[in-house]
Amino acid sequence: MAESPNRRKAPFRGAKAARSPLGQQASSYFSHHRKVARDSARRLRQAPVASLMTWTVMGVALALPVALMLLLASLQGVSTGWESSARVTAYLAQDVTLDQAELLKQTLGNDSRVADVELIDRDTALDEFRASSGLEDALDYLNDNPLPHTLLVTPSDGSRTADGVQTLFAVVEGMDGVEQVQVDLGWLQRLNAMTELLGRAAWALAILLSAAVVLVIGNTVRLSIENRRDEILVAKLVGGTDAFVRRPFLYTGAWFGLGGGVVAWLLLQLSLWWLSGPVERLSGLYHSDFSLNSLTFDGILALIIAAMLLGWLGAWIAVKRHLDDIEPGEIAGG
Amino acid sequence: MIEFRQVTKRYDSDHTALRQVNFSLERGELAFLTGHSGAGKSTLLKLIMLMERPSAGEVVVGGQVLNSLPRRQVPYIRRHIGVVFQNHHLLFDRTVFDNVAMPLEVMGAPARDTGRRVRAALDKVGLLSKEKMNPLQLSGGEQQRVGIARAVVNKPPVLLADEPTGNLDPQLSADIMRLFAEFSQVGVTVLIATHDIALITELGRRTLTLDQGRLVSGAEAWHG
Repeated sequence: MAESPNRRKAPFRGAKAARSPLGQQASSYFSHHRKVARDSARRLRQAPVASLMTWTVMGVALALPVALMLLLASLQGVSTGWESSARVTAYLAQDVTLDQAELLKQTLGNDSRVADVELIDRDTALDEFRASSGLEDALDYLNDNPLPHTLLVTPSDGSRTADGVQTLFAVVEGMDGVEQVQVDLGWLQRLNAMTELLGRAAWALAILLSAAVVLVIGNTVRLSIENRRDEILVAKLVGGTDAFVRRPFLYTGAWFGLGGGVVAWLLLQLSLWWLSGPVERLSGLYHSDFSLNSLTFDGILALIIAAMLLGWLGAWIAVKRHLDDIEPGEIAGG
Repeated sequence: MIEFRQVTKRYDSDHTALRQVNFSLERGELAFLTGHSGAGKSTLLKLIMLMERPSAGEVVVGGQVLNSLPRRQVPYIRRHIGVVFQNHHLLFDRTVFDNVAMPLEVMGAPARDTGRRVRAALDKVGLLSKEKMNPLQLSGGEQQRVGIARAVVNKPPVLLADEPTGNLDPQLSADIMRLFAEFSQVGVTVLIATHDIALITELGRRTLTLDQGRLVSGAEAWHG
């Protein structure tokens, strides 16, 4: 008993054994982490049904907001497609000549916000109208062509947003010789407002369900703390620090998170596979190339890491609340 | 190694467990702590273990005044104090080896040291052959010895025992006392709480007697 715990051994030490005390500390620290991580995982495997249920609860809770976000991303893809077809139509005044119209076209064409300008002169417009309206005979009774020259302005890539189009609208409207400008912005704005609303709803749902996940894991970890009460008492008695006592439970939380993240991913893939057929048929009917986005590899990784962090957080809260209550004071009899 | 200076411990409910207790134990000293149930034996041990803090006075262990020690320092003090309990507090979800290894594990001892030191401790209590067994498979006396091996595995300078022979027959009790005497011979300060008077008289060591929280005998250093 007289020798001190870290008594120097013989002066001859192998190269491998001659590590610095700090290095040795670190290596035993990490090996302890590995041991605790393995041990926590083993405990989850030993209660497969309970673990699976917790994973499923977590999986469903995580899959819902992620599904909504994926849907949102898909919708935004669609609205980008539609925005590219947004065009500003400028009807010129009746007294503007074809040359002046050409000049306006050139001015607009030099604007960086404009990708393309098409000039439809009034004769062509009348011909088109005649052909498409079926009013050929009625139109023959007109003395003059009532239609103005028209400029079709296609915004450049950078301006294909609701705001960009709005700006362009103002620019075109302010030009001399332009009598009326039309752009069907209403539906674009409505779609934007809707996706924004949906986005916020997704975030609100994500926050609420994350809180639910944290609570579920917290409760599960609380039970496991109760089950391992004796172990905690002994660890504290023999000089285990709070971090030491906390560690297995934090790993338990993280493993619950890992399982929950994987279940969420599987659920998403399953729903996607189940929905993809009808979605394709529907978008086919609308001549759209709309399709539901699936999670990218980065997305899956982020989902699982977020799930593990949530599990860890839940465990941390439970540990903070309940571990301090277990003190070895009650251990010794009267 | 252990010193109590005018230590009083009062619990909330007007119950005073210890009143102005004064004593000091040297390095390598073995002493008994005795008294009726409720005389304050457990409270005294708890004060050394930092499970309780004194209401007044100072508790000094290894030259360190424990009163003002911050909570997060407590584990590091406990690593220097081995404790043996009457009901030994072994964990039945792991082997004897893993039970004994716990104090080393919390210290972060390297794996090869752990094996060597656990086997040394088990050898000391004569249970080396049972390291792979579950404590449940052992007899009461063997379980108690596993508890002792766990208490001494990291070679603490102080060893406390709370009724270590409570459930054992006289032969086993004597064996365990011999173990404690051996530890004190190599410099460990041993304090044993017991009301087994026969055992105390047989060994003839310094005896601290508590009566209703007062130290009525054994306060002075023992000579003989």
